[in-house]
Amino acid sequence: MPHPARERRRIVITGLGCVTPLGVDVASTWEGAVSGRSGVRPIERFDASEFSVRFAGQVPGEVRVDDIPSKEARRLDRFILLAVSAAQEAVRDAGLVVTPDTGERMGVAIGTGIGGIQTLYEGYQSLLEGGPRRVSPFSIPMSIGNMAAGYVAIRLGLRGPNLCHVSACTSGAHSIGESARLIERGDADVMLAGGSEAAATQIGLAGFAAMRALSTRNESPEAASRPFDRDRDGFVIGEGAAVLVLEEEGRARARGAKIRGHLLGYATTCDAAHVASPTEDAEGAQRCMRLALADAGLTPGEVDYLNAHATSTPAGDPAEARAIRAAFGPHVDRVAVSSTKSMTGHLLGAAGAVEALLCIRALETGLLPPTINLEQPDPECALDHVANKARQARARVALSNSFGFGGSNATLVLGRADV
Amino acid sequence: MSDEIHAEAAGQAGMSLDERVFQIIVQHLGAKPAQIVPDASFIDDLGADSLAIVQFVMAIEEAFDIEIPDADADQLQTIGDAVAYLQQRLEG
Repeated sequence: MPHPARERRRIVITGLGCVTPLGVDVASTWEGAVSGRSGVRPIERFDASEFSVRFAGQVPGEVRVDDIPSKEARRLDRFILLAVSAAQEAVRDAGLVVTPDTGERMGVAIGTGIGGIQTLYEGYQSLLEGGPRRVSPFSIPMSIGNMAAGYVAIRLGLRGPNLCHVSACTSGAHSIGESARLIERGDADVMLAGGSEAAATQIGLAGFAAMRALSTRNESPEAASRPFDRDRDGFVIGEGAAVLVLEEEGRARARGAKIRGHLLGYATTCDAAHVASPTEDAEGAQRCMRLALADAGLTPGEVDYLNAHATSTPAGDPAEARAIRAAFGPHVDRVAVSSTKSMTGHLLGAAGAVEALLCIRALETGLLPPTINLEQPDPECALDHVANKARQARARVALSNSFGFGGSNATLVLGRADV
Repeated sequence: MSDEIHAEAAGQAGMSLDERVFQIIVQHLGAKPAQIVPDASFIDDLGADSLAIVQFVMAIEEAFDIEIPDADADQLQTIGDAVAYLQQRLEG
């Protein structure tokens, strides 16, 4: 928390970067999101014929990275590669110049739910097949969760705080919120904050499928992620990364940076109830939204758009809808709600970062991305849904919810550049 | 990573020992053909770090079906060292 005697430092967003199932950069991802396109397709990178779930949200095409020798790029786990691509785009977008001096005041926080699960899996296979001497020396450095943040810092020369928030599907939102706190406290002036996940792998898919958490709509993958719809049957795993450049407002204005939006508030809570299921009243989520609005100094009546966590699970979506209705009270009718996971799938530890990014684009363009596949809204999930088609709205303030296994909740409050 | 090692182990018939070592160096250390000279140091000339060298030694072990003790691996500083060591182990 900021020192009471000192004015709170304001945080602006000056750069955006992402790689998602909708596209390998922000432009293609945003184009996909506002045109209501699905990024969910049959699994392409391994033979999934034995799996009960045979589709995922997968990045279409080559992931672009600059200045990394191919021998080094080949060693990187995919979750690191995705993060580097998103971070490089965000830094270019922000026009950020990193020098040995300024680099000390710039940090990185890229969260992940699981980290380098494929590298760990391959290392384990080598152990079983060839014994301990066959395990690659890169098994550990490429699978540890903080290596996305670590590697981005190495490539870009960012020598300030370097963190990895690991809180399942709340990781991306936590990284952004906690990065804002670091800047407010004066520990850094710039933070590259976001999340990365590459768990659409054999062990990732099998593990989530075993929980019966995933949609099994193999016959029509594009219709499988359908948050708030009556016929939803589970979430769809997605891969990707997103990184936002958070910057202290005075610094950003002094260098003439383009202000993309404000990070106005943040809060985080825990259900302390169940490892994977929400509570009936979603009290933890309600309280999280209230605290985030209080942190921003705003009231529910001032929120125009809410990007819901809603992953398309039978229990999660109505619980969040109840929490939103409780937190917004009589103002719930004026907040437009959508779940962009209907198009991207659920990017787990990257989800909160991708969705914060989409909120910023929505505030910039006045176009709210829809919840697709919302054919028959579940009455239990009654809200003002942006259903199936993007909606034009001069939104000034947006909320982004993220909830994760372990009962963890986070809400970010984002504001248009002129707020 | 393990895929690369397996790919190398297969189908190497007809290549000399030098050529097989050079191929592994190119694949694992990203060296260019012009850098492949006996005096080239893995660290100073080819820019390998300690982890990359471990991986290179593992690929050699797999390709030649031998076990290289850590103490021996530590002595392999240059391409020439690696070729000479293998000649001694395999032919000596």
